[in-house]
Amino acid sequence: MRAFNQVTALVAPLDRANVDTDAIIPKQFLKSIRRAGFGPYLFDEWRYLDHGEPDMDCTHRPVNKDFVLNKPEYKGAEILLTRENFGCGSSREHAPWALEDFGFRAIIAPSFADIFYNNCFKNGLLPIALPAEQVDELFKELITGYQLTIDLDQQQITTPSGKKITFAIDEERKYRLFNGLDDIALSLQHAEQIKAYEVERAKRAPWLFAE
Amino acid sequence: MSGKTLYDKLWDDHVVYTEDDGSALIYIDRHLVHEVTSPQAFEGLRLAGRKPWRAARNLAVADHNVPTTDRDKGIADPVSRLQVETLDQNCAEFGITEFDMNDDRQGIVHVIGPEQGATLPGMTVVCGDSHTSTHGASGALAFGIGTSEVEHVLATQCLIQKKAKNLLIKVNGKTGPGVTAKDIVLAIIGKIGTAGGNGYTIEFAGSAIRELSMEGRMTVCNMAIEAGARAGLVAVDDVTIDYYRDRPYSPKGNDWFMAERYWQLLHSDDDAVFDKVIELDAGGIKPQVTWGTSPELVVAVDQNVPDPAQEPDAVKRQSMIRALEYMDLKAGQAITDIAVDKIFIGSCTNSRIEDLRAAAVVAKGKKLADNIKLALVVPGSGLVKRQAEAEGLDKIFIEAGFEWRDPGCSMCLAMNADRLEEGERCASTSNRNFEGRQGYGGRTHLVSPAMAAAAGIAGHFVDVSSWEVQQ
Repeated sequence: MRAFNQVTALVAPLDRANVDTDAIIPKQFLKSIRRAGFGPYLFDEWRYLDHGEPDMDCTHRPVNKDFVLNKPEYKGAEILLTRENFGCGSSREHAPWALEDFGFRAIIAPSFADIFYNNCFKNGLLPIALPAEQVDELFKELITGYQLTIDLDQQQITTPSGKKITFAIDEERKYRLFNGLDDIALSLQHAEQIKAYEVERAKRAPWLFAE
Repeated sequence: MSGKTLYDKLWDDHVVYTEDDGSALIYIDRHLVHEVTSPQAFEGLRLAGRKPWRAARNLAVADHNVPTTDRDKGIADPVSRLQVETLDQNCAEFGITEFDMNDDRQGIVHVIGPEQGATLPGMTVVCGDSHTSTHGASGALAFGIGTSEVEHVLATQCLIQKKAKNLLIKVNGKTGPGVTAKDIVLAIIGKIGTAGGNGYTIEFAGSAIRELSMEGRMTVCNMAIEAGARAGLVAVDDVTIDYYRDRPYSPKGNDWFMAERYWQLLHSDDDAVFDKVIELDAGGIKPQVTWGTSPELVVAVDQNVPDPAQEPDAVKRQSMIRALEYMDLKAGQAITDIAVDKIFIGSCTNSRIEDLRAAAVVAKGKKLADNIKLALVVPGSGLVKRQAEAEGLDKIFIEAGFEWRDPGCSMCLAMNADRLEEGERCASTSNRNFEGRQGYGGRTHLVSPAMAAAAGIAGHFVDVSSWEVQQ
């Protein structure tokens, strides 16, 4: 997993609440058995005027010029600013895969759906929850070329005017994202504890171990 | 010290170790696997040279992509076919039990888990699917996970989790005629919103929940995720224990008696403290119909489409305006004036035998209205299908003009051939009315099975609570 340290990047505003994972990556693309290549289909139904299908070449598809990510001034944006409950709905990890593949490194919103929030950390993507008023202020401040600096170690966002906004994050999640660590390898360091748990549990609930 | 909630008990029972920041490694008793969210996880295992920690704790089934007709001919769409074949190959390679597409026990993963007794009270249950919350109906801690976590469970039989907060939703009193578990949960979502349960595990309680069958409780817990909560729970009682007796994977002999004794402890203590409590009066709930593109945009069938101008919050108002536009509806329009094109009775929310019975009662001896282009009944599993046929429900549906299909997720998310065309409107017993969910440009109204069947017969939404009497 890609480590996240400090990012200074252009911000794209997606001014909608309850953006669901069906909107982030529609179901037809979930038929892929690969983990990469979802970026071209990110927000497919909003980004294009036709109906997208897996493995379609997107370079000649008719685009929706009004959609924020199609506007030239947001080309290359790596930070997405959006509204409450981002990533609600399905558990599909294809949603963070698509956002990451498109080029996003961080998402700022008043709140995230729990499963999506969790999935981001497995893919080097930093979801930052800020109070709704602060998000609202960022939306109001946002002008062409608006950039933010996100420092994970300091848990701090710096706006173009130099204002600092701190954000909260679990220590364990921060540590893993900051270092780009593999969860499974870390958990397997506790293999003996897992085995001990199984022995103890089998005494309490033998029916679960009647294999 | 105050007592424990049901969620506290389930959590404490599964902690392997806790980190300083409160995140914990918790043990997973049952992992359900389907074709859409698992291929990359198996690939990850292969690349790292890892094996499943305990292969027997996994149970796999293909449900999202499978066709609901002509199954003996296989899957026509080559991309879908490859995904299902990949699951077959992965299960064979890693020694995981799979009910294949032609197995009688095949069905929607959240229907077959309880049906087989593969998901039991007191278990931790996970699956790469958000509707895993369904299994909480048995007093199991069940929640959806992403593909990285699927791989983590396969490799370690554990997950890294942070404990959620406790939310109690009490539905007091008795529901009126025609009001089902689906209407209860839609009313709850309408009240607390789709983000209302974010960060919480919801325990559903109160007399109206106690009155529900296990299948009704599954419908309620299924949609906990639509209220923002990863997990929903209902405490164990005699209804739970009776349900699990003699299921294929249920404990047998002495194990059963031990399990039963343990399961009876699976309820919140009287002095347990919840972080938040919400109460609803069941008597005030009418049959529900969603009108927008989020499950929280819901009203009772005898109401009108709300007016965004009355909404003080600007972000919400914008969402409402957008939803009205997408749904091609006008503020103030009566719900009963909305005509539909298609009917979908199925999904992990409402495809169990009681759901099919409820729809069949409405459809019996009637015909679909002329404006209905297609009405699908998709049983949740091969065994549900067989049971329905034994009861003659298939004939009732077919005579009324419905199509009787093979089990799978079908038009809930339209990954197979069953879908809405652009602009089509559907009365659906599924769980999500998001833009494009049932097909590009399709419009979804979420309702109960009886309400869906009645909309098919009338051609538009009708209030089943009074409509049945008039017929």
